[in-house]
Amino acid sequence: MAVELKTWKELPIGGVIPGGATPELNKTGSWRSKRPVWDAEKCIHCLMCWLHCPDNCFYTENQKITGIDYDHCKGCGVCAGVCPVNAIEMVPEGGE
Amino acid sequence: MQKTVVGYRKAMTGHKAVAEAMRQIEPDVVAVYPITPQSEIAEYYAEYVHNGVVRTELVPVESEHSAMSACVGAAAAGARVMTATASQGLALMVEVVYIAAGLRLPIVMALANRSLSAPINIHCDHSDAYLARDSGAIQIFAESAQEAYDYMIIAQKLAEDKRVRLPVLVNLDGFTLTHTLQVVELLPDEAVKGFVGEFEPIHPLLDVDNPSTWGAFAMPDYYFELKRAQQAGMEAAPEAFLEVQKAFSELSGRAYRGFFEAYRLEDAERAIVVMGSTAGTAKVVVDELRERGEKVGLLKVWLWRPFVREELVKLLGHLEAVAVLDRALSFGNMGALFLDVTSAFVHEDKRPVFVNYIYGLGGRDVTTDQIKRVYEELKGARPSHELRYLGLRE
Ligand code: SF4
Ligand code: SF4
Repeated sequence: MAVELKTWKELPIGGVIPGGATPELNKTGSWRSKRPVWDAEKCIHCLMCWLHCPDNCFYTENQKITGIDYDHCKGCGVCAGVCPVNAIEMVPEGGE
Repeated sequence: MQKTVVGYRKAMTGHKAVAEAMRQIEPDVVAVYPITPQSEIAEYYAEYVHNGVVRTELVPVESEHSAMSACVGAAAAGARVMTATASQGLALMVEVVYIAAGLRLPIVMALANRSLSAPINIHCDHSDAYLARDSGAIQIFAESAQEAYDYMIIAQKLAEDKRVRLPVLVNLDGFTLTHTLQVVELLPDEAVKGFVGEFEPIHPLLDVDNPSTWGAFAMPDYYFELKRAQQAGMEAAPEAFLEVQKAFSELSGRAYRGFFEAYRLEDAERAIVVMGSTAGTAKVVVDELRERGEKVGLLKVWLWRPFVREELVKLLGHLEAVAVLDRALSFGNMGALFLDVTSAFVHEDKRPVFVNYIYGLGGRDVTTDQIKRVYEELKGARPSHELRYLGLRE
């Protein structure tokens, strides 16, 4: 996708982004070298992963985990570390 | 000059003059950490807060790094913010001063100029101001307690000008100005409040109905453009400075005009360029030499950053010889002020001979005899890149 870059005259003062919520516009998941793979069978929905994820990547519905936002997950592995039942496995990216 | 308000005169220190300007401006937040020779500014202000004289939120932080960080946070939230520091305090703070400038936050700070360690020393020179030279903050130098008071008020309006929106440092020589009693004419409180007006923040974080992202990451595709946009704030500063200065002069009756004060320069052949309180000493010498028929003058820098080359060339172009006095070393090169002044003339065919003196480091007394020696040495001066030292045992 070709992105139209703004000139210096078109930028808001101080690089402040009115409206905020820039993660919607920037998919930063490509930095990841390992991907967390969630096992719905093992999960007891304690929400520890949801609480600890530094990138707010866990989707929930009615306080139950429903999946992971791979567009923003950096692969830090914190979720896998805090999961009490090993329902998250870190799998190397790249290979199938 | 006709003035529109009646002020009142009182003997006070430079500290008190600065604190009084802050009291009258009454910012929303002051975050400050004490350091000699700035401490009394913080102490006076804490007293005002304690006594309920001002409604400012005083944040007594644990370091200058935190002081400027708290200022940045409060200013981004939408508050009018002020602080003060000196020397090592600025050195610790300077990382965040760059951030304040990059975020275009109009934080006003008094800098009680003091030398940087090592060796440790608490007295005046301008090495702290030089340290922040490229930070993106506007820098103003005061000659007297009166000027420190006046320029604190001017700085507030300049910083908040929507074309500018940058932090402003108001420099006043440590001890020489901060700790000595001078007669200062204060404006009435309402006059100052009316002059600075209400602060209108841009995209304040506390406007929760209109959220904004501050301090976002910028990759190589945007960093450059954002820095160029920041430079535009500096480029707008001279015009805004003149407007605010003029309005302040009309209000106070004090005749501030221009980025530099030209003292007996029109028909002068030799002149000194200097910043801060030494201008006062030099004026005494100029008057004395003038009485003997010597054509000498003085150019005092009010606005150091941005440095306005065009006016400088107009004021100095006709002279035969000019001595630029730097109160700090820029190790490995000539003095920073000397480089500013001489680079302004690089495209001019007609220009004076320039010489550079380093003076007054670590609070070394600057005497009229030293200044006289400079004017004497300017007679028949040859162009040179020799760095001369004034008042040094050689
Ligand atoms: S790996 Fe890190 S970023 Fe990705 S979902 Fe787990 S905690 Fe969040
Ligand atoms: S930490 Fe483990 S068990 Fe708890 S909600 Fe997350 S995946 Fe499920």
